[in-house]
Amino acid sequence: MRLIDYANPTRFLGLTATVLPWLAVVTALTFAVGLYLVVFVAPADYQQGETVKIMYIHVPFAWLSMFCYVTMAGSAFGTLVWRHPLADVSAKCAAPIGAAFTFLALATGSLWGKPMWGTWWVWDARLTSVLVLFIMYLGLIALQETIEDPARAAKASAILTLVGVVNIPIIKFSVDWWNTLHQPSSVFRMGGSTIAASMLVPLLIMATAFTLLFLVLHLMAMRNEILRRRIRAMRMIEAAGAE
Amino acid sequence: MSALSALFVREMKLATRVGGGALMGALFFLIVVTVVPFGVGPDLNLLARIGPAILWIGALLATLLSLDRLFQADRDDGGLDLVLMGEAPLELVVLIKCLAHWTATGLPLVIASPMLAVFMNMEPVAIGATTLTLLVGTPALTFVGAIGAALTVSLRRGGLLLAILVLPLTVPVMIFGVSAATAAVQEPVPFATPFSILAALGLFSMVLGPIAGAAALRHAGD
Repeated sequence: MRLIDYANPTRFLGLTATVLPWLAVVTALTFAVGLYLVVFVAPADYQQGETVKIMYIHVPFAWLSMFCYVTMAGSAFGTLVWRHPLADVSAKCAAPIGAAFTFLALATGSLWGKPMWGTWWVWDARLTSVLVLFIMYLGLIALQETIEDPARAAKASAILTLVGVVNIPIIKFSVDWWNTLHQPSSVFRMGGSTIAASMLVPLLIMATAFTLLFLVLHLMAMRNEILRRRIRAMRMIEAAGAE
Repeated sequence: MSALSALFVREMKLATRVGGGALMGALFFLIVVTVVPFGVGPDLNLLARIGPAILWIGALLATLLSLDRLFQADRDDGGLDLVLMGEAPLELVVLIKCLAHWTATGLPLVIASPMLAVFMNMEPVAIGATTLTLLVGTPALTFVGAIGAALTVSLRRGGLLLAILVLPLTVPVMIFGVSAATAAVQEPVPFATPFSILAALGLFSMVLGPIAGAAALRHAGD
């Protein structure tokens, strides 16, 4: 069983039909466990109180905003190098999901920032680089929506995605530098090791749940996109026959 | 090599003759800088402080506006197909086109910037530093922008999309350009550090831009 075996869309649709229900059930169960732990078990922070629970959705969103881009970059590589027929479907479908997760990461972070920092938005290095990532997602979606032919749109957005991969570390690094120049006091610092286990476990479960949710949404979106392309092809054949 | 130099000469001729619009960018630059005091008020101290940033934003916008012409005209008259089928490596062709484009549209911006800096009430040191950063930074903007221009070459109204695609990628150039320009007047920060990074970004985009732009042009054909 190799990746190329699923280049056939029909076979891929068959696989998603079997996998999706199970995956959805597992996702729901993980969410149930994670939310139970977050709401009833996880302790309130001694400084932040109950608002610390925003972390359990904010951090997974932030993690997925990057995971989505990595998925898109892998798919873009698959499109350009192996010309895998499903890679561009995967890249196209991951973009709106990634944009949504990035937006939610910014929104939940903003809601968390208001009670903690006293402001909705800070031009902090991390916030700014996530905002740039969000704009890049929107740009990729705009490019995909502008080019009519799916194959050409896929190649164009694949190139842009890979250029973005090269640039994201530079943007991150330069924004860090920019921030330290203008704003030496770091507002937000949280090393993984400084978190207590009673908070880390629910966080990891929530992160797993959201990753599973991403997989479910991505597979569903890919299935829809394949069907949409089939309808498009059928309409084209029909239109060509009608002349 | 002679084919590439001929290409450079051709690009320069096309840009400087009627309909080339080479100086349009510089004119736009002038207008952007003129509009700023109307927005923020004619406070000379404030203008002196934000002057480098205004010049950089103006140069960025002027560069972006002129970029959609980079490959579009060649595609319209069929020249792009000839270049694609030609023997010269496409990456080098894109590099030469970018260099010619920068000489025709970016260099006038750099030359105009000291005069515009006087409008912003900037000190002589700041004027020199800003002009130097623009001289090093605007080629980087052109090279990064070439990727966007190549991606949107087949689109009818690609100009706005091009700006959307390219702007996030120009964030580092902008940051280090303005940092270096302001570091020249503010004492604690050395000028050389951000300036060297800006130069490095310029060299890096000189490699990335032609490679990605050539890949995009190849796929735009079929």
